[in-house]
Amino acid sequence: MLSAKNLESYYGPIAAIKGLTMEIQSGKITVVLGANGAGKTTVLKTISGAIEPQKGKITFNRVDITNKDPDETAKLGIAHVPEGREVFPFLNVQENLLLGAYSRKDRLIKEDLEMVYDYFPILKEKFRQRAMLLSGGQQQMLAIGRGLMLRPKIILLDEPSLGLSPKLVSEIGSIIQRLNLERKITILLVEQNAKLALSLGDYGYIMEAGRIVMEDTCEKLKQSPDIKEFYLGFKDGGQRGTRRWKQRKTWR
Amino acid sequence: MALEEKLEHTQLLISGLSQGCVYGLIASGFVLIYKATEMVNFAQGDLMMFGAFLAYTFISIFNFPFALGLVAAILAMAGIGALIERFAIRPMIGEPHFSVLMITIGLGFIFRALAGFIWGSEPRSLKTPYAGKVFEFDGIIIGHENIIIVLGTLALCSALAFFFKTTNLGKAMQAASQNQLAAMYVGISVKKINSITWAISAAISATAGILIAPVSLIDPQIGFIGVKAFAAAIVGGFGSLPGAIIGGLIIGIGEQFAGLYLPPGFSEVTAYAILLTMLLIRPHGILTSVQIKKM
Repeated sequence: MLSAKNLESYYGPIAAIKGLTMEIQSGKITVVLGANGAGKTTVLKTISGAIEPQKGKITFNRVDITNKDPDETAKLGIAHVPEGREVFPFLNVQENLLLGAYSRKDRLIKEDLEMVYDYFPILKEKFRQRAMLLSGGQQQMLAIGRGLMLRPKIILLDEPSLGLSPKLVSEIGSIIQRLNLERKITILLVEQNAKLALSLGDYGYIMEAGRIVMEDTCEKLKQSPDIKEFYLGFKDGGQRGTRRWKQRKTWR
Repeated sequence: MALEEKLEHTQLLISGLSQGCVYGLIASGFVLIYKATEMVNFAQGDLMMFGAFLAYTFISIFNFPFALGLVAAILAMAGIGALIERFAIRPMIGEPHFSVLMITIGLGFIFRALAGFIWGSEPRSLKTPYAGKVFEFDGIIIGHENIIIVLGTLALCSALAFFFKTTNLGKAMQAASQNQLAAMYVGISVKKINSITWAISAAISATAGILIAPVSLIDPQIGFIGVKAFAAAIVGGFGSLPGAIIGGLIIGIGEQFAGLYLPPGFSEVTAYAILLTMLLIRPHGILTSVQIKKM
C-alpha cells in the first residue's frame, strides 16, 4: 500500500535517515521501533511531506508522493498524527475535530464525528472546551480523533504513548487496535515503548541511527534475543553482571 | 463656557473616533499578517495609500460609479496583496525575519515611488457622494464622512468576525495561525492561507484609505500614518484584532485631545507617547492572548 525505497532525509547537513526501505501492508499495523534520535519521526514526516527526501521514492497505492506537501498527501488519505499532541489550542474540541475533515467534501462528516465521539467519549463530554484546557491524554485523543476525521486510508501515529500514564497508554493501545480491526485502517505506528508496539503490531522495523537494522513479524521480533535485551529489558539468567558493553548486537 | 467646553470635547471625541477607526483598520492589517506568518508588514500604510489612489483613479479619472469604484479598488488591492505574498514573501520562507522585514520596508518605498510616478506628489481629493455634508445636532457638527468611517469600520469588523467564527476558511486561517504544522497535516494548504491573509490585509488597508480619503487628501506620503497604526497595534496587544481597533481608537482620540490641551506639535507625538506608556505599564498590550506557537 505504502512503500518507501532508499529514502534519505536531511536536517541541514545532518542525515536523519539514510537509505531506508519500507513496505507497509494494507490493513495491517506496522510498527517502527527505535531509541531517541533514530530517525523515526523523520520517517513519518518524510512520508506525509513535511520534509522532502534528498533521495529515494515513496509511493502510496502506486501513486508517487515523494515530493508532495502534507496538505496534498492528506487529501490522498494519509492522516499524520504528529508527536506531542499538536492540537489547535484556541479552538474548541469540536472545531478541532471538524478541521480534521477540512479537505473532505462528502456528507459523511457528521457521521464520522459521532464515530470519533464513540471511540473517545471524553471528547464528546468536553466538545465545547478549548483544546488547550484538555489534559495531555485528552489532547492525544483529540489529535488521533482529528486524524480519523480525514477518513484516512492510513494513519501515521507518532509516539501516541509519549508522556501518558500506563493506564492511558494501554487505553490508547486498545483503541488503536480497535481502529485497525473495526475500521480497517492501516496503521503505521512509531514508538519508543517497545512492549506496546510489539504487542499491537503485525510487522515491525527496528531503527538505529537512521537505518533499519532489523525487520520481521512482531511475533518473531519479540523472540529475538537482541530485542529482548535492548528493547524489552529482559536478561537471560546468565552470570550476574553480564558486561553489556562487551556484548555486541547481532547487527553490528 | 462650560457648555462650550463640553461641545468642543464631543466634537473632538467624534473626530478622534473616526481617525481612530482608520488607525484601527490599518492596525488590523498588521495583526492579521503577523498572526498568520509572524512577520510585520511595514508596507501596510503604503498599501492603504495605494488603495486610496486606485479608488481615486477609478472614480475620479475613469468615472466609475462610486460604489463600483470602491469595490474595484478593494479587489485590486486584494490581488496586489496576494501577488506580494507570492513573489516577495513566499520565496523568503526560512530566511531570517529581519530580511523579510527589510523587504516589506523596501516594498513601502516602491509603492511610494510608484504612486509619485503615476499620480504625482500633488494632493488629490476623492470625489464622494457624501463629502462636505454635515449633521447638526444640538450645536455639534458631524461630517458625513466621519459617520461613514465609523460605520464602515463597524461593518468591516463584523464581517471579519463572522468570517473567522463561522466559515471553514476562517477556521482554517485560525488553525494555521495557532499551529502551522498541525494545520498542514489536516490538509490545509498553509501557502494558500498565507496568500489569502495578505489579500485580506491589503483589502482592509485599501478600505481604510478610501474611508480616510475624503477627510485628508491623498498624496504619496499619507502611508506614513501606518507608523501610528503600528503603535496602535502594539497598544492593543499585537495579535488581537479587537485589540487593534481599541488601540487605534485610544490613539485617535488621544491625539485630538493632545491637540487641544498640549502645545502645538504635541498631537503628532501622542501616538508614540501612548505607545511608550503602554510598554511601561502593560507591555503585552490591552487585549492579548498569550500563546505559544509551534513550529
